[in-house]
Amino acid sequence: MKRGTLKSRFAPLALLAGLLLALPGAPLRAAELDAEQQARYQTLINELRCLVCQNQTIADSNAPLAADLRQQVETQIRAGRSDAEIKRYLTDRYGDFVLYRPPFKAKTWLLWGGPFVVLLIALAVALRFVRARRAAPAATAVDAAALRQVLADEAGDDARRPPENRS
Amino acid sequence: MIPELGHFALVAALLVALLQVALPALGVWRRDRRLMAVASSAAQTQFLLILFAYLCLTWAFVTRDWSVAYVAANSHSELPLAYRVSAVWGAHEGSMLLWVLMLSGWAAAVSVFNRRLPPDLAATTLAVLGAVGVGFLLFILLTSNPFERSFPVPADGRDLNPLLQDPGLVIHPPMLYMGYVGFSVAFAFALAALISGRLDAAWARWTRPWTTTAWLFLTCGITLGSWWAYNELGWGGWWFWDPVENASFMPWLVGTALIHSLAVTEKRGQLKAWTVLLAILAFALSLLGTFLVRSGVLVSVHAFATDPARGVFILTFLAIVLGIAFTLYAWRAPRFVSVADFALFSREGLLLLNNVFLVVAAFAVLLGTLYPLLAEALNLGKVSVGPPYFNAVFLPLTAPLAVLVGLAAAVGWKRAKPAEVWKRVRVPAALAVVAGLALPWALGHRTLLAAIAGGMLAIWVLLTAAQEIGRRVLAKRDRVQGLLQVPRAVWGMTLAHAGLGIWVLGVSFVSLYSVEKDVRLGPGQAAELSGYAFRFDGVEGRAGPNYDADHGRVEVSHGGRVLAELEPEKRRYRASGQVMTESAVDHNALRDLYVALGEPIDKARADGDWALRLYYKPMMRLVWWGGFIMALGGLIAASDRRYRLAQARETAAVRAEALA
Repeated sequence: MKRGTLKSRFAPLALLAGLLLALPGAPLRAAELDAEQQARYQTLINELRCLVCQNQTIADSNAPLAADLRQQVETQIRAGRSDAEIKRYLTDRYGDFVLYRPPFKAKTWLLWGGPFVVLLIALAVALRFVRARRAAPAATAVDAAALRQVLADEAGDDARRPPENRS
Repeated sequence: MIPELGHFALVAALLVALLQVALPALGVWRRDRRLMAVASSAAQTQFLLILFAYLCLTWAFVTRDWSVAYVAANSHSELPLAYRVSAVWGAHEGSMLLWVLMLSGWAAAVSVFNRRLPPDLAATTLAVLGAVGVGFLLFILLTSNPFERSFPVPADGRDLNPLLQDPGLVIHPPMLYMGYVGFSVAFAFALAALISGRLDAAWARWTRPWTTTAWLFLTCGITLGSWWAYNELGWGGWWFWDPVENASFMPWLVGTALIHSLAVTEKRGQLKAWTVLLAILAFALSLLGTFLVRSGVLVSVHAFATDPARGVFILTFLAIVLGIAFTLYAWRAPRFVSVADFALFSREGLLLLNNVFLVVAAFAVLLGTLYPLLAEALNLGKVSVGPPYFNAVFLPLTAPLAVLVGLAAAVGWKRAKPAEVWKRVRVPAALAVVAGLALPWALGHRTLLAAIAGGMLAIWVLLTAAQEIGRRVLAKRDRVQGLLQVPRAVWGMTLAHAGLGIWVLGVSFVSLYSVEKDVRLGPGQAAELSGYAFRFDGVEGRAGPNYDADHGRVEVSHGGRVLAELEPEKRRYRASGQVMTESAVDHNALRDLYVALGEPIDKARADGDWALRLYYKPMMRLVWWGGFIMALGGLIAASDRRYRLAQARETAAVRAEALA
């Protein structure tokens, strides 16, 4: 999270973006969207990745690219595009990397399904483990000799224990 | 001279650590008590040597010794004293030194507090800790020596990363490391159990306080980290599911599972093999966390110390440690496996379910954290896995835990009758439903299903926790006596669970009802957010000890009544030129009002417009209070005198047996 370094690394870019965008910055005008659009805008910019930052959404980043992408999102919302259309527009250009919510497809089924499959397996194993108890042979008849032996051992144990232990 | 002494002390510590492994191991093998006894003194000597090395490095920082490369890279002549002391762990080399200092500290503590352990178990435990120490000391000496000199000596330092110049960051890493490293004790106990083949209630009782202590430090560390990020990063967030955050969260989840399975192992002698496995996993995830943070394999906001060569070392070390641990486990653990002696609907059964959900949740976090790496390795392209994924997957995996917490307290050991349990829980359950429904409405929020569900779970957890204490008090004729007789372990558990309830409430509300707004304001202009008026009173220049700041003033009012004068800053650190956002927050139990300065829009004019970020975050504080209350619960539980008394008694028994 080196905002400062990033900024210095992209300083020429920032200058360029500044000229192109002609400050004031893009997010500020988003306040003029209506309430429903504003909510969509916030949700979207919080799910999109700033591609030049280390690990930040375009909502959080001050990088010029993030400002540019925010501007894109805002313009497209204003133009009446749906969330899916906006995301497609961005993934066409930047790939799935731009989405913090990975789309559900062949290459991510393991990611989305894995935890729940593992949960089912773990629950099944736990259930089997607990059920095994019922399957275990129950003591039906008491082996008198064995019982006497156990009792004798216990008595022996007690006798061997030092007195301070009885408290 | 002093840095060389520190370096020398580290080498000496490595030799002592080698002795700490070899001699006790020989002693256990030959049943030689004198060799076993070496473990304790070696552990203490190792700790003193590393402490000395650590103080040497601190000395170099305090005296601004720029000839030490690490000091020059992470300090500056203008850096205030407190930050010069904390700068020791401000980057890679020093934080590894802090890591081994804590590792040796834990080992020394084991050698002091567990004098009454059976000698072979104590010796094996300390030998395992020594072996872990050998690995990390080698790592420091071979790849990350903090005492390396650089010539020519620079005129001044390059300054500590400004992100780290914050009180939150002064205590966050030590706490986190105490937790991470603390799990090494549980790990060492687990290996000792595997090696000796003995795993009984006494073993669980010895292991419990150590595990709880490590867990409470980790809890504090994570909570502090979240609080720091919130104040320092300027985006109003408190958790981003960043790989480094996940690296600390995974051991926490597994450590929490371990605490619960240890309870079953101690009280009921069940789940032994599972408990040992969890102890290994908790430490494995701590090591993995170190690897992820230190190697820089993951793109991460925290990756300020990255070096692939170091990553390879840690990965190899990880492979060796885990290879040995899992081989031992596969070989020895089957003897601990027993048939379940409980029904699913019993306290053991519910704790088992708790473990299932916690471990699967940890797995989900691990999968999400490593998936981008995996996808790249398999040529599936670059994927981002961020908060939307983690929230979507983590929530259904952990929500059942909140239900289980309340239920487990009402359910007896071994087996329970649903009708009786229902009689116990119906009042808190009904109250939770009513309160959950009423909360969003009472606080003036929109009614959201998720908020109602979160509120219900939170109130349910809180009420059942209170009920646990209530039942114990009412069971005694003398209520005051009853209250005093509640053991600390129960107080600790209850508090930790109450902390969870508070945390759930905070997380639900802050996630669902937060409002944020980016605005452009000129001096004297105001913006409105959730009924609060934020009036911008301009920005003035101010000089700090090692930075220059744009110091803004924002007056917050509600219905014409002034609530607070907030002073957010943008700081430009003179040595590095880095710019930091210092947000300003007005908070009470119900809400945070958060202001961060963005950029000046008209740079030419001193009284021009500024971009500002405004946030309204309901119940934000509860998230951190919840975390700290959990940690406090851990502290109280770990201090239960039962552990010490029980130890004394068991040792007497062990001695007596040895005599007989």
